[in-house]
Amino acid sequence: MRFDPDDWRDFDWQSIDFRKLGALWLVPLILLLIVGMFTCVYTIQAESEGVVLRFGKYVRNAEPGLRFKLPFGIESVTMVPVKRQLKQEFGFGTTGGTNPSQFSAEQTLERGMVTGDLNAATVEWIIQYRVRDPQLYLFKVRDPDNTLRDLSESVMRTVVGDRTVDEVITVGRQEIEADALTQLQELVNKFELGLSIDQVQLKNVNPPQPVQRSFNEVNQAQQEREQLINVANGEYNKVVPRASGEAEQKIQGAEGYAIKRVNEAEGDVARFNAVLKEYLRAPEVTKQRIYIETMREIVPNLGKKIIIDESASQILPLLQLSTESPKN
Amino acid sequence: MKNLPIPAVVGFLLLALFLLYNASYTVHETEQVIITQFGKPVGDPIDDAGLHLKLPFIQEVIRIEKRILGWDGRPNEMPTKDKTYIIVDTFGRWRINDAKQFFLRLRDERSAQSRLDDILGSETRNAIAKNELIEVIRTTKDRQPDRDAVLVDAPGNVGVLYPITKGRAKIEDEIFNKAANKLTDFGIELLDVRFKRINYNESVQQRIYDRMISERQQIAERFRSEGEGEAAKIIGKKERDILEIESEAYKRVQEIQGAADAKATEIYASAYNQSEDSIAFYEFIKTMETYQEMLGGDSTLIMTTGSDIFKFLKHVNPPK
Repeated sequence: MRFDPDDWRDFDWQSIDFRKLGALWLVPLILLLIVGMFTCVYTIQAESEGVVLRFGKYVRNAEPGLRFKLPFGIESVTMVPVKRQLKQEFGFGTTGGTNPSQFSAEQTLERGMVTGDLNAATVEWIIQYRVRDPQLYLFKVRDPDNTLRDLSESVMRTVVGDRTVDEVITVGRQEIEADALTQLQELVNKFELGLSIDQVQLKNVNPPQPVQRSFNEVNQAQQEREQLINVANGEYNKVVPRASGEAEQKIQGAEGYAIKRVNEAEGDVARFNAVLKEYLRAPEVTKQRIYIETMREIVPNLGKKIIIDESASQILPLLQLSTESPKN
Repeated sequence: MKNLPIPAVVGFLLLALFLLYNASYTVHETEQVIITQFGKPVGDPIDDAGLHLKLPFIQEVIRIEKRILGWDGRPNEMPTKDKTYIIVDTFGRWRINDAKQFFLRLRDERSAQSRLDDILGSETRNAIAKNELIEVIRTTKDRQPDRDAVLVDAPGNVGVLYPITKGRAKIEDEIFNKAANKLTDFGIELLDVRFKRINYNESVQQRIYDRMISERQQIAERFRSEGEGEAAKIIGKKERDILEIESEAYKRVQEIQGAADAKATEIYASAYNQSEDSIAFYEFIKTMETYQEMLGGDSTLIMTTGSDIFKFLKHVNPPK
């Protein structure tokens, strides 16, 4: 079939009966209405806030819920998740997050830092933040999330650069977190990123891999020192208390001896005095009695008894005094 | 309506709509706009967002970013004043504050970025070369480091911050001040320049590691020798204490026993020394007691009949 404009030349426009076409006119109108309705209604999730622009100009914020705007692109809405806590990781990366700026591809470079005593350390940390002001977040800085990443790295290095490697690794962690948080928040406010930093948290902080062994060695040596001291103390405690106990024992023994010695002396003396008293009444007889009593006890027990006449004492050398006395 | 043909009405309406569409433009909150006429900017840049009008067809809209923009420098290896090679990665913030000038001199952001690369890159290099490494690492001049209690008297420079005269922030400011002036011509306002990363290059890194290792080994050695020293001290004290305890006990024992002996002697003496008689008597009974103890089964006794005990063997009445 060929289109021939001549067919239209004689077309009588007046002949169209608009009353008949009435129903057909409605079709685009209804379509327009439907599109209008769809571009008019929108929902804002509970965690978000909407920013409404009319012809690109900011007009209002929209709270969560079902909301209306002018249709056909006259007003447009951008949603910002103001209530969601966002996280960025530095020096490491956990996959599966929803935040596209959660980690970077340059994790090794992010970790390496120079400390204030010109040593090296590897530092991993995270920051947690929230969008505080959606308007600033959208309109003030292009790509605020990656700006935040840069600022965070710069701040962390500033803070670490002011500290010794030992502070970074052990004693100064909390201070670093607190310092970095204040400095980062200051910068974020200065550039009006519209973010609020909730937390800066250090994760793994270590000496660089090749140096780690020597750091462990220090810990080990410290343990060794404690152990040597403990062993020596044990040795001391094993011996010294026993020695003082034994000393005490000896002193007690001596005290016992002293008491015994004095008591015995006193006893002896009492006995002597008693006998002396009787002796003084009849000295000769008593002496005789004691002498004879003693002899009676001694003489029978003697091995060999030789009694010779006084006048025959010269035979003494003739007696065979055998060295071996007979056993009784 | 009756005397105008419908297609003419429709055509006219469409034309009007098209003209209106071409004459209007929106400015977003994030952008500013320059209107050019035959490629030449006319009027001031428009930076209030919303719907605006221009002449259709002959005027064109050039959109230029209004937000703060980032500049991310490439990591560069450069020497410091003390000839240490470091890799420096800087970044900065800037914004287009004179859109017309910017458009005339640079046209687009890409050329702006390369201009920033040139200017900031060379200023960074200058600043690094003029300063020692520690100056770009540290910031706070008089900060005293916290020291790990066990490392307080560690040997060498462990736990000590190297002194600085300027510090990182001042050097960043220097770069900023020099670069900011050179950028105003391009309609660019530089907001700040900061060091993102500073690290040793490969060969310096190895030297630093070696130094760290030797430093730690020194500390470890010190701990070990401290332990041995402490242990020796304790053992020495042990020996000393034992000698003290034992000798003191010996002394006390001697004192106590001596005192007791003296006391006993005194008691005996005072009893035996009462009179001539008591002395004689003591001598006598002591002798008797001694005989009893002295003489036993293995003794041989030779006595004459003249002795007191046997005198009656010869005589009933022995002669005196």
